[in-house]
Order: sequence, then C-alpha cells, then structure tokens
Amino acid sequence: MHAFGTRAVFALTLLTGATVSMLPAAAAGVTVVDGGGRSVAVGDATRILSIGGDVTEILYALGAGDRVVGVDTTSQFPPEVLKEKKSVGYMRALSSEGVISVGATVVLASEASGPPEVVKTLKASSVPYVEVTDKSSAEAIVSKVRLVAKIVGAEAEGEKLVQKVMDDFKVLADWRAKVGRPLRALFVLAVQNGRVMVGGQNTSADAMLKLAGAKNVADDVTGFRPLPDEAIVALAPDVIVAMRRSSDKDGHDLSQLSELKGVQSTPAGIAKRIIMVDGLYTLGFGPRAPAAARDLMAKFYPEVIGPDLIGKAGSAPQ
Amino acid sequence: MTAALRAQGRTGRDESSASARLLIGGAAIGLCVAIFLSLSIGATGITLASLPRVLSAMFTGRYEADVAREQLVLIDIRLPRMLLGMFVGASLAVAGAMMQGMFRNPLADPGLIGVSSGAALAAVATIALGNSLAAPWIKTFGAYALPMAAFVGGIATTMILVSIVSRQGQMAVSTLLLAGVALAALNGALMGLIAYSSDDRELRDLTLWMLGSLSGASWPKVFAIIPFALLVALVLPRLIRGLNGLLLGEAEAFHLGIDVERTKRAIVLVTSAAVGAAVAVSGILGFVGIVVPHLVRLLAGPDHRIVLPASALMGATLVLAADILARMLLRPAELPLGVVMAILGAPVFLHMVVKRGMAGG
Repeated sequence: MHAFGTRAVFALTLLTGATVSMLPAAAAGVTVVDGGGRSVAVGDATRILSIGGDVTEILYALGAGDRVVGVDTTSQFPPEVLKEKKSVGYMRALSSEGVISVGATVVLASEASGPPEVVKTLKASSVPYVEVTDKSSAEAIVSKVRLVAKIVGAEAEGEKLVQKVMDDFKVLADWRAKVGRPLRALFVLAVQNGRVMVGGQNTSADAMLKLAGAKNVADDVTGFRPLPDEAIVALAPDVIVAMRRSSDKDGHDLSQLSELKGVQSTPAGIAKRIIMVDGLYTLGFGPRAPAAARDLMAKFYPEVIGPDLIGKAGSAPQ
Repeated sequence: MTAALRAQGRTGRDESSASARLLIGGAAIGLCVAIFLSLSIGATGITLASLPRVLSAMFTGRYEADVAREQLVLIDIRLPRMLLGMFVGASLAVAGAMMQGMFRNPLADPGLIGVSSGAALAAVATIALGNSLAAPWIKTFGAYALPMAAFVGGIATTMILVSIVSRQGQMAVSTLLLAGVALAALNGALMGLIAYSSDDRELRDLTLWMLGSLSGASWPKVFAIIPFALLVALVLPRLIRGLNGLLLGEAEAFHLGIDVERTKRAIVLVTSAAVGAAVAVSGILGFVGIVVPHLVRLLAGPDHRIVLPASALMGATLVLAADILARMLLRPAELPLGVVMAILGAPVFLHMVVKRGMAGG
C-alpha cells in the first residue's frame, strides 16, 4: 500500500476513531527502555498524560487518542486536543502535583520536559514516567513511534506507521537525488523588533531544511539566534522559510518579515520566495515530518518535483 | 538599650507596643492559616484528612492502594514546598528589612549588595551553558546544579563587593551602595551576553527562572537550607540593637557603644546567606523584601525588635498565600510565583501607602 492509502486510513482514524476499539484494552504489563535509557515497567496504559507535541501526535496517529487524559500546551495537533484534554501547562514548567492530579496511569513525556527537579520527583512516583527522545532525525521519529506503540499495545499499527515514515523519507531521498544545485535557504523562527531569529546548526529547522534538500545558509551559527539586517543580506538566501504563529490569521507575520530592508534585498526577497509554515508541523519531528519536508521541497523545487509526483505523495493534514 | 532610644521609645510606648503585639499576633495567626491551607490545597484534591492514614502507613510500612499517592503528594511534594516557601518568604523579608535599616533608605533591597544579581548570573550561566562550559558542574550536582550555582554566585558576588569596598579597613555605606550598583550592572551585562548567546529553549528556561517558582521543592533542598535558617535565626537577635542604633546614623550608633563596622559586616553576611539560599530555592522574587518591611513599619513603627520578627512572619505568609494561588489558578498547570505575588501584593501595598499618605502619615 502506498503512502497515500495509508494516510487516508489515518485520516479516517482521526476523524472517526473507528480503529480505536480494535486496539487491545491495555497492554498488560510491558517493560520498555525509554529515550533516557531507563527501563520502565508500564502496567496499565489506559490513561495517558502526554507531554510534548510530537508525543501527542504519535498517540493520535496510533489511534490511542481517546486514552489521552492530559497534554501540555505544545500539543497542538490534532487541533482539538488542547480544547478537549486537560492541560498541565508548558512542558518546561511542569508542576509535580499538577501532573499527578491528572490521574494518568502512565506519563509519556518528551526529554525536553522540565524543570529537572519536577521530572525527578515524577520519575520517583508510582506512576510510570517514560521519556521520549527529542532529537530531530528520521531515526528519532522511528524510535519514538516504536516506543509509544509498545506502551499502548499497538505494535502492529506502530510498525505500519514506521513503515510509512520510512517510505516517505525514502521518497524524499529520491527527490533529493534529482536536485542539481541545492537552494540556499534560511529558516526564520520569529521577527522581533526588526531582528530576525534564524535557525542555525543543531536545530530542528536545520534538520528540516536539509531533509527538504536545501542548504541552510545560517549554519555558521548554532541554535536559534537573532541576526541583524546586514547579516541577512550577507547570507543571501534564495528562499526564506518562516514560522507562522497559530494566532496569525491575517498574514501579519509575513508582511512583518517581507518589509525588512535586509530581507528585501536578498535573492529570496527580490523573487518574493518567502514560505510560511506551521511550527509544530514543520519542526515537531512527529510522524508528519516527512510530509512537512515534502511540502517544503515541492515549494523549493517545483521544476524537479512536478505536480504529478506531489499528487502521488499527497499531503498530510496541517 | 541606651538612654536616647529609651526616651524615644517612651513617647507613645503604650500605643506602639499594643499595636506591635497585635501585629505580631495577627501575623502569626495568618501564617498558621497559610501553613494549613498550603498543606491541604492542591491540584490532586488530596487534603490533610488523609494525613493520619499516610502517617500510619509510613510507620507500619503497610500501604493500601491510594496511600502511596497521598504520601507522595503530602509528604514529598507539599510539605517541602511549604517549608521552603516559609523560608524564602521570611528570609527575603528579613533581608530587605536589614538592608533598609543599614542603608537608612526605605528602597534598599538585597540587590544592592550584589547577592541577587550574582545568584541570577550564576543561574543563567548554568541554564545556558549546561551543554558546554557548565557541563561538569551539572554532572556533579544533577538536578541541584542550578540552586547550588545560584547560592555560590550570590555569596561570591557579595564577598567580592565587600572586599572591594572595605580596603581601608572600614566599609563606607555610600561606597558600598555605589559599588553594589556597578557590580549589579556588570552582572546584568554578563547575563545579557549569555542570554544573547542562548537558544530559544534556554531563553524560556531563563525567563521562567527569573519569574520565581517553588515547583522544584524537595527534601534535599529543605535539608540544604536548614543551616542558613539556623544562622539567620541565631544571628538576627544579636543584630537588633545595632540596627536600631544605625537608624540614628553611624556616628550616633558609634557613640551609643555599637561596633558599627562589625554590625555592618554581620548584616551583609547574614543577608547574603539568607538571600543566596532563598534565590537558590525559588529563583528571583523581587517583591517581598521591599513591601513586607514597609507594611510592618507602616503598622508598627521602625523598632527592629518588631520589624524583624513581624517581617519574617508576614513574608512567609505572603509567599505561602501567593504560592497557593500560583498552583491553583490554572491547575493542573502552574503560574510563576513572582507574577502572582506582585499581582496580589502590589495593589494592597499601593492602597496602604496612599491611605497613609491621605491620613497625613
């Protein structure tokens, strides 16, 4: 079955929850090695607290969405999650008692969760606390999916999802092979006071640009860094990828960026090649990451990846 | 106590000592209520009613199904949090009162002797350089790397300041003030430099730490602050006479037979130890140190025999009350403590100041 078919099944799953009832009620007692290398025994995975947008996304993709009793504020996909589930706040500012009060039987938390003392308390509590890696790579997505699938007892669905993710990455690699000269791309996280926050080395943005077959022009800096106008001119990107905030309905973010003098004089500014993307979709490195990379790539290289190829691969819900 | 102070104290003594007794009594009752609420309110809905069960399970070692959870919440989460909250509130309020007494300025706070900015700088460095320069430090102290760094940074900055200022054998308060401002500016600049070179996740951590929180409370932290709580409790009564003397001025205090230099040194030392430990536990909480001693002075006058204990009681109460709201308003999420405290306290304070002003006080 090709990616599109699988995706249709997932879309159906998300919409109707049809396959949910097919999952076993609980994986009675699995022991997993989590992202932090700890061995954690999970007895009952019927009430899950999910911390991290990617973790929540995987749970829903595996059809275990109805077992999620609480999430953190980065869990913004599927969009209804934050409205329907209890929120324990921002993942880096958790409260021990708040997390416990949700009454989950297992906590699945991104390694990026904090503060460290709270995580320490939670690891010592009787509720199993499973850490999920927060690295930005294809392998990380696969290991995240397998870990979560094992815990919710949906290993068959997990393998299907893994297969799809790997197929999608394979398609991406094939596409990348067709690209002659890689585009020079710049990822813009935000514009503050006329200063542009760009994604340098070791960021999810860098990984995503590379997956989409572009060269990150800001890889001289590490992490997300503010750069002055002049530095943007010097970087001379052919294309700019910028994060659209979920609150941005009127294209304010785009106009703020395209009006910057430094941006206007770059090749990207002259050719008006500024691509606005959704943050979690593009940088979350959940199961939709390959689709996000493909969306970017289709916009980077319309001449190489024709509409027929894009149609074949389809596009994940954003 | 000297004749001058005795004479000063005698005018209107009945009125002031009655209001002082009332204030301390009221503050003590308030603190008891805050302690009770702080232990019985929380996101899980577990109350103190579960305490007997938890205690009997702890002594007998026999756990029923829910008791482990209740024990975790009551004994390992709320109790250390309450104790640390009390310590932080009392330390910051007393430290503020001592600074205002020493500098004879109602706006003085522990920031003036560098302890807050030093602690903040060290904490910021630990957060932002955790993967590079500060990695061995974090490896050694684990989850306690940040509080340890804050404490060491705070004390070290104060020590540097004192050694700069007291080169001629005495510590001039005006020099201390200016040098403190300079050192704080330097620390601020270094913090800015680190913040500039950190990524967005580190920046969010920095911001959250700066807003203060007790969410990282744990027993090891409680044990770690016990020496500082004891130090403050033991030294404080011995500083009262000196502080009251300094109210009149340094020369006057000297003529009253007070060893001014020793007193000032002791004040600086106790303040930096108390504030260093408090900042290490809770992050930066700027509001308590200025507002609480002010309120006390408004209500009961400037005598440090009243100001210090009443500030400790009210500071602890304020922090506990604010912390209850911080963890309940958005439960199961948590608001930053510093934010809640300022929102709660600033209007009350403003009201009291304005009311006093109108009354011609």
